[in-house]
Amino acid sequence: MEGTKKHFFNDLSVMLGRSMRHISRSMDTIITVTIMPIGFMLLFVYVLGGAIQTGTDNYVNYLLPGILLIAIASGIAYTALRLFIDVQGGIFERFHTMPISRSTLLWGHVLSSLVSNALSVVIIIIVALIMGFRSPAGILSWLAVTGILALFTLALSWIAIIPGLSAKSVDGAGAFSYPILFLPFISSAFVPTESMPSVVRAFAENQPVTSIVESIRALLSGYSVDNDIWVALAWCVGIVLVAYFFAMRMYKKRV
Amino acid sequence: MQNHSIQVIGLQKSYKQLQVLKGVDFEVEKGSIFALLGSNGAGKTTVVKILTTLLKPDSGTVTVHGFNVVSKPEHVRQVISLTGQFAAVDEILTGRENLIMISKLRHLKNPHQVADELLKRFGLTDAADRRVSTYSGGMRRRLDIALSLVGKPQIIFFDEPTTGLDPESRIEVWKIVKELSDGGTTVFLTTQYLEEAEQLADQIAILHEGRIIANGTLSELKMLFPSPKVEYVEKQPTLEEIFLAIVGKKEDK
Repeated sequence: MEGTKKHFFNDLSVMLGRSMRHISRSMDTIITVTIMPIGFMLLFVYVLGGAIQTGTDNYVNYLLPGILLIAIASGIAYTALRLFIDVQGGIFERFHTMPISRSTLLWGHVLSSLVSNALSVVIIIIVALIMGFRSPAGILSWLAVTGILALFTLALSWIAIIPGLSAKSVDGAGAFSYPILFLPFISSAFVPTESMPSVVRAFAENQPVTSIVESIRALLSGYSVDNDIWVALAWCVGIVLVAYFFAMRMYKKRV
Repeated sequence: MQNHSIQVIGLQKSYKQLQVLKGVDFEVEKGSIFALLGSNGAGKTTVVKILTTLLKPDSGTVTVHGFNVVSKPEHVRQVISLTGQFAAVDEILTGRENLIMISKLRHLKNPHQVADELLKRFGLTDAADRRVSTYSGGMRRRLDIALSLVGKPQIIFFDEPTTGLDPESRIEVWKIVKELSDGGTTVFLTTQYLEEAEQLADQIAILHEGRIIANGTLSELKMLFPSPKVEYVEKQPTLEEIFLAIVGKKEDK
């Protein structure tokens, strides 16, 4: 950020508006992002679910937090892709020769990523409601869930900025999301971690997705949240800070 | 008061081991058209990128409109714009949206009015609300140049503005460049077409192997050669002239 701070919010709103137009003109990407998680949800509930012992009678309720995280993890691949296209095309060069606050070019993508992922999440929750998802959670719990999901999206979006800036090809820009997509499977998102072999279980219980899933699940079930929510918040904030630092450093090196 | 829009002294730049610019010096007068000639890979684009604050020089002093590009890049960016080799337009937005976006980023008061005027000036009014991805190459280039004129910058850089354009679009670009210069804007352009430099430039510099090997007006450069012999040759129309005659456009030479 250079001597253009007084225009930061003006520039940011222009960049966000631009990125939102891009998203609204490719609504198919939002559909694409929601199809796989919805497919998993159907598969787990109607095919595999009968054999999975989670100790609850409503498996959709158990499953939904993990499905939402998968949706976000696949949604950010498009965040990286949109940035990649900007970097490759001439438009970033034009922006860089103009007196505008440079970090807004990245923030525009990150904020529009929050909006587009929120849309995907809402679509999936509607499908889950049709499949029998029910929650006794009150407004405050829903707000807390929204907050955690937003923070998770923010963290992953800043991670997505790094391949968006550095990828050499379109495929490379999206590939980073696959390992992240896999994390929910090695967590308590689909089955309780108690059922896993000890090494896997140790990993599952100490990676960010488990604490995030457990917090959201507790909030949506109307249980009191324990320590998990603090662990989840610490992970999200930590990832945001580290990814932001590396993303900005890479950005400054590139330009 | 300083009469130079651009002043470059001892400019050097290397990419890893490869030394692209080995000490480049030149000056560009206010309101003139300056053409930097050179073959592919001569380093023309590198010069443009340094002048437009996209790249930092290794050594040398570069000032644009009196501001040092290294220590005062923000000030430089206030007075310049760049039309690069590849159209710097947003394909997903419409032509009008592109212009409004850039106007807002230049913090102009009436972005819609600015957009309308430029659309009209560049003959894009009918296509204004179509996405740029549907534009032809010539239309894209016109929009690209229109975007560079938003906010009336004092110095405009064109990096190979006509590469890949059809003859009609090329002549259109030449016309725009001349109009800009007539209006007092300083124009810095790079080209590999000798004819283009000859048509447009007040001053021509030739960049070769990292150095400026010749610099002057066209007539000064011509004096570097032995005086011409007079020969009588039947002048055949060039294919370009035939093409333009058939298409019905008048070449404004």
